[in-house]
Amino acid sequence: MEVKGDDYRVWYEQLDTIIYCQGSLRLAGTEEYAPIVKILENVIDKTPKKITLNLCQLEFLNSSGINVLSKFVIKVRQKETISIIVQGSESIPWQGKSLKNLQRLMPSLKLEWV
Amino acid sequence: MALTMAQVFGEFTEDFSERSEFLVLGFSPSSLPIQLRWKTNGLSADFLGDYVKNFFPVDNSVALNKQTEVRHAVSFVANELLENAMKYSDKSAGQPINLEVHLFKDRLIFLSKNSVHQDAIANFQSFLQEITDGDIGEMYVNQVEKSADNEDSKSSGLGYLTMLMDYDALLGWKFEQISDTSIPVTMVTTMVQLPL
Repeated sequence: MEVKGDDYRVWYEQLDTIIYCQGSLRLAGTEEYAPIVKILENVIDKTPKKITLNLCQLEFLNSSGINVLSKFVIKVRQKETISIIVQGSESIPWQGKSLKNLQRLMPSLKLEWV
Repeated sequence: MALTMAQVFGEFTEDFSERSEFLVLGFSPSSLPIQLRWKTNGLSADFLGDYVKNFFPVDNSVALNKQTEVRHAVSFVANELLENAMKYSDKSAGQPINLEVHLFKDRLIFLSKNSVHQDAIANFQSFLQEITDGDIGEMYVNQVEKSADNEDSKSSGLGYLTMLMDYDALLGWKFEQISDTSIPVTMVTTMVQLPL
């Protein structure tokens, strides 16, 4: 499963249950994010024990994208059986500022700085 | 143009006497379909980030971090303001969208100005009242939980909430009526003050 644009790429590595988001995501709202949401929801539907969301090369994320990732975390939480690790990079400023908010939505979410 | 009394929400200053550099960009929202126009948001936002970065010279690693952080923060705020202006401006009003960045010693001030749809003003203003008075952290959780239950929800206000929560920004809005146009047009100026 992969979605690619001019300056972003989102895909799922099934073997390691890792979702990768890379590049700059500033799509225009719900409709344009739909293919990415589909990947995320497909992963949840498979109910793996553990999901890793790797954002280490996600340089930019607009608020619509923050909304997408926030909703994803809520849906993982609602499944109750999936644990999630979010991997970020402290050298990307928005991640140091905003990723901690995901833990407000799901306190058991693990944040790893890679 | 003739203006009637303005209505202000949040923190809005008119004092620009201490300002050093500034930059003003203008857009014609009706000249291109929004899909084609969208890319100009990111391009303009990144340009502003790089431009402002230039005023934070690097002589050590602390300064380098500061420079990276300022560049990103400018790009994020400018992008959100432009996205909002492009999405919510009333294309039939024929008014341009302006985006300004002003440099001060202790902060940056962003201004975006665009028209708004008459029938959207009441909802917008009640949201602004909430954002001005409410607990931002709580609002973030509530907005996202709400939109997770309702797939069709379009506007979450998450851009403003993120600026307030994660960037320590002060936000303000000014609504003004232009009265010398054939149909009344309301313009909103959004002000974001970002501490340095």
